[in-house]
Amino acid sequence: MSESPGSTNQFVGIVLVSHSAAVAASVAELATGLAGGDTTAPVAAAGGTVDGGLGTSAELISAAAASVDRGAGVAVLTDLGSAVLTVKALLAEGDELPDNSRLVDAPFVEGAVAAVVTASTGADLAAVEAAAAEAYTYRKV
Amino acid sequence: MLDAEFFRRWMTATAASVDREAERLTALDSPIGDADHGSNLQRGFTGVVTTLEKEAPDTPGAVLTLAGRRLISTVGGASGPLYGTLLRRTGKALGDAAEVTEEQFADALREGVDAVMALGGAAPGDKTMIDALVPAVDALAESFAAAKTAAEEGAVATTPLQARKGRASYLGERSIGHQDPGATSSSLLIGALVEARDE
Repeated sequence: MSESPGSTNQFVGIVLVSHSAAVAASVAELATGLAGGDTTAPVAAAGGTVDGGLGTSAELISAAAASVDRGAGVAVLTDLGSAVLTVKALLAEGDELPDNSRLVDAPFVEGAVAAVVTASTGADLAAVEAAAAEAYTYRKV
Repeated sequence: MLDAEFFRRWMTATAASVDREAERLTALDSPIGDADHGSNLQRGFTGVVTTLEKEAPDTPGAVLTLAGRRLISTVGGASGPLYGTLLRRTGKALGDAAEVTEEQFADALREGVDAVMALGGAAPGDKTMIDALVPAVDALAESFAAAKTAAEEGAVATTPLQARKGRASYLGERSIGHQDPGATSSSLLIGALVEARDE
């Protein structure tokens, strides 16, 4: 992948939000593994509720976003339902997520791989978002 | 006029009502949802009451904005960001006035309901909380009691509808015949306005 014209010195951070802690952590591991290389963009999983159940935790999402914020923006990918709604509500809040955080409309697994691979090239947030969203167009049959 | 104390009573009355009806909400959520609506809202509104006692916001807008933030951060299900957005947006629309008229409150609540529709993408007839909230806001100009009745009727009227939003929508026609838990809890929230007034 060629370097994006808008690339910066810092990596875009990726946050993966799922109803399940295991799903979020596993997709993070998968995407990071497939990105390969010595240096990959920071990825944080925010899965399940604080007490380990299925659901969405605003607290875990905020903490995950803060942990991957390098100043180049944070791309947030979600699975469904309350994960989507919670991220949208946090973005509307204004101060709960780092500046330049964005909910990326993408399939969770394929989008995460595309986002982490792209972010790891040093691409900017718009390029990361575009790559993740493009995963919707990848037909399997 | 409605002051911060009134809105605090509204939240306390909602928490008590959700406590009383938690089992029913969860039972409604069992056939068409994931059976956590009662416990999720119980946790959420209990947290709201605790936070309001601790931080004691002194304007109507601040009470509702804080309550909304608290719901978003504690509920863990879709009802958290939805009810959180409803209260927060309503609170923001009320600004920093020390007291508001019922008419101002009705206008602000309408903004809150609009924000919920924008967030979740639901419209009237989709078998969601919107089916209780929209008729309630329409009736609010008349009286709190009229809004309560409208919300309760709206909730009951979701029974024959097919769900078009959320987990229940995966069930397609099998969602027909069940009253929507979100519309039901919305009728509790609106009903609590009457209790807050009477206290």
